[in-house]
Amino acid sequence: MRGRPELYTSYAQDMAFLNTRPKRVSTGALLVVALLLPFMITDDLLQLLATGYVAAIGAIGLNIVTGYAGQVSLGHAFFLAIGAYTGAALSGDPDGRVIGFGVTSLPVWVLASGLVAALAGVIVAPLAVRLRGLYLAIVTLGLVFLGDHVFREWTELTGGPGVGRPAAVPELLGVRLDKDGAFLTGAQKLYLVMFVLLVIFGVLARNLVRSRVGRAFAAVRDRDLAASVIGVDLTKYKVLAFAISSFYAGVAGALLFVPNGFFDPGSFSLLLSVQYIAMVLIGGAGTISGAIMGALFITLLPRITRELPAVLPFISGDATGTFTVFQLEAVLYGVLLIVFLIVEPRGLFGIWVRVRNYWRTWPFSY
Amino acid sequence: MDEFVQSLVRGLGTGSIYSLLALGFVIIYKSTQVISFAQPAFMLAGAVLVSYLAPATGFFGAVALAAVVIAFLALGVERTVLRPMVGKPVFVVAIITIGVDVVVRVVTNAFIGLDVRQVGDPWGLNTVPLLGVDVQERYLVMFATTAVVTAALFAFFRYSRVGLAMRAVSYDQEVALAQGISVGSVFALSWALAGGLAALAGVFVATGAGVDQQLWIVALKALPAIILGGLESLGGAVIGGLAVGVIESLFGTYQGDVAPWLGPNFALVAPYALMLLVLLVRPYGLFGKREVERL
Repeated sequence: MRGRPELYTSYAQDMAFLNTRPKRVSTGALLVVALLLPFMITDDLLQLLATGYVAAIGAIGLNIVTGYAGQVSLGHAFFLAIGAYTGAALSGDPDGRVIGFGVTSLPVWVLASGLVAALAGVIVAPLAVRLRGLYLAIVTLGLVFLGDHVFREWTELTGGPGVGRPAAVPELLGVRLDKDGAFLTGAQKLYLVMFVLLVIFGVLARNLVRSRVGRAFAAVRDRDLAASVIGVDLTKYKVLAFAISSFYAGVAGALLFVPNGFFDPGSFSLLLSVQYIAMVLIGGAGTISGAIMGALFITLLPRITRELPAVLPFISGDATGTFTVFQLEAVLYGVLLIVFLIVEPRGLFGIWVRVRNYWRTWPFSY
Repeated sequence: MDEFVQSLVRGLGTGSIYSLLALGFVIIYKSTQVISFAQPAFMLAGAVLVSYLAPATGFFGAVALAAVVIAFLALGVERTVLRPMVGKPVFVVAIITIGVDVVVRVVTNAFIGLDVRQVGDPWGLNTVPLLGVDVQERYLVMFATTAVVTAALFAFFRYSRVGLAMRAVSYDQEVALAQGISVGSVFALSWALAGGLAALAGVFVATGAGVDQQLWIVALKALPAIILGGLESLGGAVIGGLAVGVIESLFGTYQGDVAPWLGPNFALVAPYALMLLVLLVRPYGLFGKREVERL
């Protein structure tokens, strides 16, 4: 088979993790670039990218339940909140103003946040088993409102609206990751940790969706009745999809506010859920790399629009003008959602596939 | 007892707002099988429009004009943004309506600014005696208006040719098409109706307190209402809306004494809690149609 890299002789080869040589090469190159970035760009940009990586973990989670298993969830903000508060409470200062247990080891509270959120997912999942489509979407939306109420009122845990509490304390083997050290600054360390976590969770998700479980999810998404007729246990797989998705959301929630160091209960509104939906749909539903692209795109969007007033003078850079960047940013979410869904339903991933296919056979069109 | 009557009237008043919005949701759902998350934006736009028009045309003229303008706006949105998506998965279309909602709302917010705008309604916070209890006039007006609008809508669907066409489309689009009904104009008309109802609801929400940028949140309360009533049922939407209003109001009055552990402001989320409970027992709402599935 030498010299014929695209000739597959077995199913396993076709389903392999990186099944072509260009994929292996480009993934390797991307990894190297991402690992070198902290030494090339400024700290504030690194912080933004780190937040983007965390958002990508959350978006992968939403993509598992919505993109792969087809269960529309507008309640992602709820699970992010559960993760965020579990992580913050576990690692918080025991003598502080809000609840804290002083377990600052990052792997411990990241896993714990994921598990608590997954538990919440399992509790919610029976609704998904009974409800379909838009009924489920509205119920999960109700979940966001109920969660919002609980987090606003439970001030011992959350610090209350407008006040907030410190985010989780990231410490690994006795080293504080958010403080400047001897070799690396806080932002560089956080960036690297978030990147490693994204790679770990990304690979796990990719492996999950090309396994038996992933195929069951796809069957449920395409037609759940047909799936149950061929022997897919609907209850089991819907619960599983919600549990895994919530686990990812919990992990992402716990890490999301670490770069900022602070968050308040107002952060987990319906808007956050819509942002994650936008990440998944703009990136490309049902693809892991699409979710990552979408998350980075949405996270970097405010930064890009902030630069616009310099180029387009009719946009005002502060909050007073007739057409401000803040309005532009808000409008862009909506417009991008509409445009992507109408023009390119497969999202950024779809655009990438078309570009790739064009150049693969260039200069021929077949 | 006074307190009870007052909260009941307040509940029925705000409940009629939810009913108007819920009717819009259900009309769109019945004809296109999509839940339009753009309703909050149309509601806000309607209220803002009235606040600009009222000084020139008077309150009632402004309301009529605003309802028509918003109806045409909704019709335009349907024609340009939603029509290309006919036949796509409903979830995708629903998400598009979220996009529409965000865009319309941001544009509308630019017209509100940071202060509260008044719609110039004649009722304000005036009260009238009813059964010996002072209740706010505006709640009675809301209830009466909603009753009239609902009756008109039911008559429209029951007796008019166009209403019959809309019912036919909601029953089976292909068969309706084969009978010579323009399914496209039915879609457009249902969006226009929903837009007009949303504008009317927006004006009612804005009576008393005025229009600010947070007004749109109110429209989301119609979602528990339509789920309670069942997505396919117009009557269910009205009853669901009233139920949500009354429950919210009663919780607001009594929950502080009966169940203080739920926290203040629980009344605002009580409809969602109720929705979860009802759905666990009846997954298709109280009056919804049980879906028959075939492979």
